Amino acid sequence: MSMDLSISRFWRKKEIIYKLNGAKCKSCGKVHYPPKNACPYCGSRELELVELPRRGKLISYTTIYAIPEGARHQSPIYYGLIDLGVTKITAELTDIVNANSLKKDMEVEATLRKTQEDRDAGLIYYVLKFRPVLVQK
Amino acid sequence: MATPKAGIHGWGAYIPIYRLPLSDIAKIWGWHPDQYKGLAVESKAIAGPDEDSLTMGYEAAYNAIKRSKIEPKKISAIFFGTESKPYAVKPSATIIGEALGITPFTMASDLEFACRAASEGMRSLIGMAASGLIDYGLAIGSDTAQANPGDVLEFTAASGAAAFVIGRTSNASAIIEDSVTFVTDTPDFWRRASQPYPLHGEGFTGEPAYFYHIENAVKALLERNGLKPSDFDYAIFHQPNGKFPVKVGQDLGFNMDQMKDGLVTPMIGNTYNASALMGLARVLDKAKPGQKILLAPFGSGAGSDAYLITVTDEVENRKPLAPTVEDYLNRKVLIDYASYAKSRSIIHVIK
Ligand SMILES: [Zn+2]
Repeated sequence: MSMDLSISRFWRKKEIIYKLNGAKCKSCGKVHYPPKNACPYCGSRELELVELPRRGKLISYTTIYAIPEGARHQSPIYYGLIDLGVTKITAELTDIVNANSLKKDMEVEATLRKTQEDRDAGLIYYVLKFRPVLVQK
Repeated sequence: MATPKAGIHGWGAYIPIYRLPLSDIAKIWGWHPDQYKGLAVESKAIAGPDEDSLTMGYEAAYNAIKRSKIEPKKISAIFFGTESKPYAVKPSATIIGEALGITPFTMASDLEFACRAASEGMRSLIGMAASGLIDYGLAIGSDTAQANPGDVLEFTAASGAAAFVIGRTSNASAIIEDSVTFVTDTPDFWRRASQPYPLHGEGFTGEPAYFYHIENAVKALLERNGLKPSDFDYAIFHQPNGKFPVKVGQDLGFNMDQMKDGLVTPMIGNTYNASALMGLARVLDKAKPGQKILLAPFGSGAGSDAYLITVTDEVENRKPLAPTVEDYLNRKVLIDYASYAKSRSIIHVIK
């Protein structure tokens, strides 16, 4: 997700951001996230919204220290590439106490968190982030 | 008089990962090292920098809905009880409702009654479900409790959430057989509209507020149902610290065996709107069919509710469907005062 949010842009995307809704191509069957107008694999525009799994495996991550004003107090932000099985997505990671704990294939799960705030008086933006799973299955 | 009954279909809790040892607060503020020992709390749960009462309430509600085994769209009322609203004006209930797939044909509002707002939401949902106005409703108690740094309240003001899906009695995990509310105008604790931290009325916090209201609500409930303390398997009270709930329980005639499973404040501090309700969630995690529970939340200002709850066979099917309170209690990372001050916005930043 872009770090540059606006009230209307965020509102338009809330279905995708709050619920992890991806798009499934009716032509080739592949799933992508966030949903685009056309399938990135075959170009078909016949897409349907599908709710993605909330658990996945961490493939890789990057650490971001250059944080926009509205999320400065969350620095550093760990951004993960996550394999959800049906597709791979990028998302913020949270509850990371120590970057050394971030290992390939570690299980992560989605939960709602604040991503950014417009100063003290503006809007608060909530998104699904991923954290190390609470209970191993 | 026949009392309208309702059922608890799902329950859920949330505790953030971070814990601040009370010894750290005592050290930073120069309290006597034994100052907090009488509170019977060792550390308190602290919401992380990207958490607030809304995000915590969301996860507790997510867990409660999982256990209810119903589609989110079947929930037609959300009451969010908190005294740490992210927005003074803009309902948290609609954001949670939208994120959980409950909206749009939904009654939704944020309630305020210090620590018992969520309990008022439960009382309302009982009536709404029993009357047939709704099939299911969601009551959430969640707080990132504030306390003036250096105030004695800072030792216990903690973060956490609990939530319940309430509906008709059929197929419920537990039946709410009866409930009583007892309120008066009492100046024990308040926060003015534009103030960041609450104040407490010395001399009013214990006997005239906490004990007076809980005892009156519980006694009225027992009397009108012809019950005595020994008829209950569990007793759960609001937990501003680890000491008050034990004292009020013993004063009323309950023993430690009945109270120990519902006590969570000794491990994580007072989670305000989630305090007694998280005790109920923990008890439902363990309770057996047929067992009886007494629940008595309290809120400053002041008031208490007393509930008579009977666990059903269905409880066993629901327990494994979401993380338990114990799962959250066991997941913890100790932090220092500096991390706590930053994540709870105690450090003032010019934006
Ligand atoms: Zn395709």
